[in-house]
Amino acid sequence: MTAAVAALRRDTVQAAGAFAAGLLLLVIFLALSGFAVGPALDALWNGAFGSWYNFTSAVLVRGTPLALLGLAFMLGSRSGALNIGMEGQFAVGAIGATAVALHCGSLTPLLAVTLTLLAGAAGGLLWIAVPVWLRVRHGITEVISTLLLTFVGYAAVSYAITGPLQEPARVYPESALIPVATRLPHLWSGSRLHAGFLVVVVITAAMAFLLNRSRWGVAIRATGTAPRAAALVGRINVTRVSAVALLASGGLAGLGGGMEVSGVSYALYQNLSPGYGYTAIAVALLGREQPWLVFLTGILFGALEAGGAAMQRDAGIPAVAVQVVEGVVILVMLLTARRRTA
Amino acid sequence: MISLALERISKQFGSLTALDHVSLDVVGGEVHALLGENGAGKSTLIRIVYGMERADGGAVTVHAASDYHGSGFRSPRAARGTGVGMVHQHFTSIATLTVVENIALFAGWREAGVAARRRAEAVVARAGLPLPMEQVAGELSVQLRQRLEIVQALAADARILLLDEPTAVLAPREVVALLEFLRSFAAAGNAVVLITHKLDEVLQVADRVTVLRRGVVTWSAPVGDATVATLARAMIGTDLPLAEHTPATPGSVVARADGLTLGRSAIAAVERRIVAIEGASFAWRAGELVGIAAIDGNGQHELLRALAGVGDVARLGGRLEVSGPIALIPEDRTTEAVIPAFTVAENLLFATLGSRAFLIDWPAVQREAQALAVGHDVRPSDSDVAMASLSGGNQQKFVVARALAAQPRVVVAEDPTRGLDVLATAAIHAQLRAAARAGALVVVHSSDLDEVLLLADRLVVVVRGRVVELPRGATRDQVGDAMLGVGVPA
Repeated sequence: MTAAVAALRRDTVQAAGAFAAGLLLLVIFLALSGFAVGPALDALWNGAFGSWYNFTSAVLVRGTPLALLGLAFMLGSRSGALNIGMEGQFAVGAIGATAVALHCGSLTPLLAVTLTLLAGAAGGLLWIAVPVWLRVRHGITEVISTLLLTFVGYAAVSYAITGPLQEPARVYPESALIPVATRLPHLWSGSRLHAGFLVVVVITAAMAFLLNRSRWGVAIRATGTAPRAAALVGRINVTRVSAVALLASGGLAGLGGGMEVSGVSYALYQNLSPGYGYTAIAVALLGREQPWLVFLTGILFGALEAGGAAMQRDAGIPAVAVQVVEGVVILVMLLTARRRTA
Repeated sequence: MISLALERISKQFGSLTALDHVSLDVVGGEVHALLGENGAGKSTLIRIVYGMERADGGAVTVHAASDYHGSGFRSPRAARGTGVGMVHQHFTSIATLTVVENIALFAGWREAGVAARRRAEAVVARAGLPLPMEQVAGELSVQLRQRLEIVQALAADARILLLDEPTAVLAPREVVALLEFLRSFAAAGNAVVLITHKLDEVLQVADRVTVLRRGVVTWSAPVGDATVATLARAMIGTDLPLAEHTPATPGSVVARADGLTLGRSAIAAVERRIVAIEGASFAWRAGELVGIAAIDGNGQHELLRALAGVGDVARLGGRLEVSGPIALIPEDRTTEAVIPAFTVAENLLFATLGSRAFLIDWPAVQREAQALAVGHDVRPSDSDVAMASLSGGNQQKFVVARALAAQPRVVVAEDPTRGLDVLATAAIHAQLRAAARAGALVVVHSSDLDEVLLLADRLVVVVRGRVVELPRGATRDQVGDAMLGVGVPA
């Protein structure tokens, strides 16, 4: 137990150091480019943590899909399968949720929202089913197939919003607004934070519990860590375990798309995700593939995204500047992780 | 004069001593055979010479294209630069490049196209090893693919050639051609170190022979002084007296095979149809300790995995019936038996997952792991430490204890004491004997013949896919001969 505590402390120190290095580099870049560093950092901080409203309605709203998709990646990865295509599953989940939501306006809200979110999960499940089949039947690596299907997913959104799901006036490339009954309620009035945040908290808790306390969790961890031992001594069907974990991963990513439509955008757009599906891979890795750490990392990246948006709005600095921070954080964490395993 | 001298080379892998002060030398004009069983340290030794591994101690001296003296080359590139070439067990040429491209790439030539081809043809002609220059390496036959490996080394001006079991992949007639080449290469003033475990090849081609056993030189002399018998003895060992063991009182038959034919254990479906075990018939009983003696690669791996009912071994014919529950003690401890990053308790858990409730009762698992560790003297007996922090011997004691805890009717143990010290080995033996006494059929293979002889109530040799039972009271020499295929129909 003490070893685990020490590891956690070391991870935290490393993460803090990585963020400090990223911010330092951002400061240097800003200074070299002639921006006023003080106001920029002020905007970055205030955009994320300057007020309760900013924290809940900007940070947590962005952190919710990042945390959920981070958990989705973690689930596959812990079983030894890398779901690189969460961006595509997110998109198709959003299509599924929109398509169903548009027909559920007359149902009671609880039922309508549930169906909408399930449709999102089903979309993601559908999108990962093909890679899973290819992997199980033909040994084709999911890394390639999930990634490539992302582009097909983008095209599917494009088709949906200029075809079957386009808004009735058929002017804009977007769907109609989904009915009020199918929208995830805000947690309190005046906030943009929707109930999907609580769903992600519950999913995090469930995953932490199942990974450590259930037969499934042990099978997944054994399969991901040592597939040969798992198969030979544990007589675990490792092919099936990672297939199921991948399917669940795709389902969660699809759920993320559904929640984005049902809780934030209320309609289907082309660029619903600003790359959540890719950023979440870093979230999962930086969170050391531990459910609660992944959740917190997701929120932290949500803060960076929110702060970056505020920096652009209030200090006129391109929002991509925060990607410097994200990039440095990822590099530093990977370097320290590499040194430890080497 | 070309020469290679290794003095007192030592190498330790964790707690395993791979090489213990091994000396070996070879001079121009000579073929020096390096003989030994799987795991004896042969490959490690020549990997050190070729700069792929670093020795822990000892000295390497080379006089070839240039001179070298030191603790060993820092890289294969440095070894090649001094005139040392190696032919690996696995092909290193690039399958999608042509023969001439592979040669030029490997030797680091600046020439390309026609110039490279002309130069490659000169090398090939000098060596007398013709190759289709413009063919893609991946399309070559196994024999030509291996010839390409040799030509690559020669193109890099190798004067000392190290070959790691080169005949393992060749048909008999191809073996003859290779050995003839090695003789003529040596006759031109070059030196050859040939790794093999085939005695007849040694007697045919070598000038001198060195035998390694468990990292120690057990024989080194001109080949004229050796006979098959002396070499076999040096290879397989004679240092332990044949212990008296009380034969078990056998129970009912729990493992029965009739004309069992098995395919090779492989990833590629095509290879799984290659016969590894042919027409095996046996009936082994509860309470018996069946010792399987075999030199690596004769089909015993497939037989053991089939008995355990795991792995990708295809049954091509015949019947096999084994009563469960079956426990396997796999040969590769760190990738097949334990998960080093998991705790001791988790290592018990993942292996017994099938019999657990959906929600894991952690305190119970920890108690069981603790009891197992205490009961079989696994140290430390703390169930919450990572498996990786245990020594190899303690890991293996845990593995055996875990396998036996399920009270299996059949125990399959693959080289269960490899790399362990004397005390840990004795503890594992005691565990296996106790399992047999308790009524399990214990099938144990070891790459150490003495261990098989020590443990076995029933002695079985697997050679070239044949499963042969030797009569009770067979001498060590008879077993050794059978392992080498003497007196066994091909």
